[in-house]
Amino acid sequence: MDKSNVKGFLEFVYDFYRSMKAHEITLVYEGEITHQITKAFTSLTESNMAKESEANSVQKKVFHVMVECLQNISKHADSFGSDDFLFAGRGIFMVSKGKQDYHVTTGNVIENDKIEELTEMLDHINSLDKEGLKQLYKSQMKEGRLSEKGGAGLGFIDIARKTGNKLEFHFLPIDEGSSFFLLTSSVSRNA
Amino acid sequence: MEVIKIKGTDDTPNIILDKENGIFEISGRSLPEDVTTFYEPILNWLDDYQEEANSKTVFAFKLVYFNTASSKLILDILMKLEEMHENGKEVLIKWYYPEDDEDMEEAGEEYADIVDVPFEQVSYTL
Repeated sequence: MDKSNVKGFLEFVYDFYRSMKAHEITLVYEGEITHQITKAFTSLTESNMAKESEANSVQKKVFHVMVECLQNISKHADSFGSDDFLFAGRGIFMVSKGKQDYHVTTGNVIENDKIEELTEMLDHINSLDKEGLKQLYKSQMKEGRLSEKGGAGLGFIDIARKTGNKLEFHFLPIDEGSSFFLLTSSVSRNA
Repeated sequence: MEVIKIKGTDDTPNIILDKENGIFEISGRSLPEDVTTFYEPILNWLDDYQEEANSKTVFAFKLVYFNTASSKLILDILMKLEEMHENGKEVLIKWYYPEDDEDMEEAGEEYADIVDVPFEQVSYTL
């Protein structure tokens, strides 16, 4: 980088910092989500919440949602064939804290032919009330098999149950074969 | 029978399976990196235990947190105990939950609905 590039880069860093502040982002990460990362992020957020004397029930909910979101990425972010590990288990993970809610947001690349199934599943979960979610969780636990990667298909249902809020999601096209899948869940701070 | 004693960590539960002394307990947090591998020896042990089970088995769950992947394996354990109960052995599940933890209490109720085995909910103070 020559001098003007360095200046441009540092200005970008400042802009980046400011937009993190503006969106009240307390944690952001891009890359591979491993078990170690999951442990580090959850314990970091736990100790931050404890320091800020967040209600116990809120802390527990945020913890639940973080674990399930991180595991979704590590298990489901697409690898596009066994040779290309560029996207496998990778994604963006973000925690933001507003006056009213915590938001846990994930983004990862998925193959386009999975969009329909995923949309159906999320819409179905969003259409259910508390009791409906409970029944779905129970039947999924009974009938569902653990996938090769250890997913039980329960993560989204659990997030919806624990937060009591709808799962907000969006797909942005990348190219012919793939899209970026974004999901955000909020946990109310007024427990 | 061999005794299984696994010391808990911040992501795996504490487990004691001791036929001789009649102690069967899973406690702590459960979000192992690989749930299937972690719980496999437990399920295998229960298969063996079933063949020569004590006249009464009281199995205690005292978990403070488990992820959804673990919830499936917990059900697998409960189903083994249900099988023992069906085969005429006396089995009691004790599901401990922190008194202010409605989610953990509800999780116990849900398991009690799914499996047909005597089930007791016990609240405790942390």
